Amino acid sequence: MRSGTSLGRVRGLGSSKEGAHHWWQQRLTAGSNFLLMLWLVVSIARQPAFDYASMRFWLSSAWVALPMTLLILSVFWHFRMGLQVVIEDYQHDESRVVALVLLNFFVVALGATAIFSILRIAFGAAA
Amino acid sequence: MASRNPARPLSPHLTIWRWGPHMLVSILHRATGSGMATVGAMLLVWFLAALAGGADSYATFVDTFTVESGGLNVLGYIVGVGLTLSLFQHMMTGIRHLVLDTGAGFELRTNKLGALATMLASVMLTALFWLYLGIK
Repeated sequence: MRSGTSLGRVRGLGSSKEGAHHWWQQRLTAGSNFLLMLWLVVSIARQPAFDYASMRFWLSSAWVALPMTLLILSVFWHFRMGLQVVIEDYQHDESRVVALVLLNFFVVALGATAIFSILRIAFGAAA
Repeated sequence: MASRNPARPLSPHLTIWRWGPHMLVSILHRATGSGMATVGAMLLVWFLAALAGGADSYATFVDTFTVESGGLNVLGYIVGVGLTLSLFQHMMTGIRHLVLDTGAGFELRTNKLGALATMLASVMLTALFWLYLGIK
């Protein structure tokens, strides 16, 4: 960054026009997380047993597989944005870029594994 | 940021601030969120992948957190209670954040009571969840 006056340093940089978008999506997914996590907590609490056959039967229902897929999408998008803010608060040099790239890899790899696993059970593929 | 004027006053930081409920729930929101996003997310995906992988992989997952008789072991209780308490705390402070976003609840007394209420609610909801699981 060039070393001019304070005004000169900020002129033309401005906001990146993404702040409000990020802020709103964080709230939007907070709302959907609230509904979906309430569903999961109630559904788990009402489960009669947690053995392999019972849990396969539970997750093979469309009434579980669909909200579970939505939960993964909503929760993972929410925590991707949340961890982004945490990284931006504490990492100030090049490590910030590395951490943000790793965060994206982490979220996409984990989310894809989760959704693939749900669909594999829901579509009845043999284990 | 070498060009920043070093004579500018720094904002007061943790070392000179007196802890209050509002500060505590603020940092709890971040801590529980970060914890669930890393440990919680990996365990949820391990559960899903193990279940999809077959009886053997699911048994490996279950055996990590249970004893022979089927009850939870020490790790199972730490992870189970830890994650449910984190979930309810993050959920309650999340609701508080949505209220604060509207501009409401910033009066000192209301703000403090709201912060205390999130911790009370999260402990009660966690206890309720485990009691229900236990007596069902």
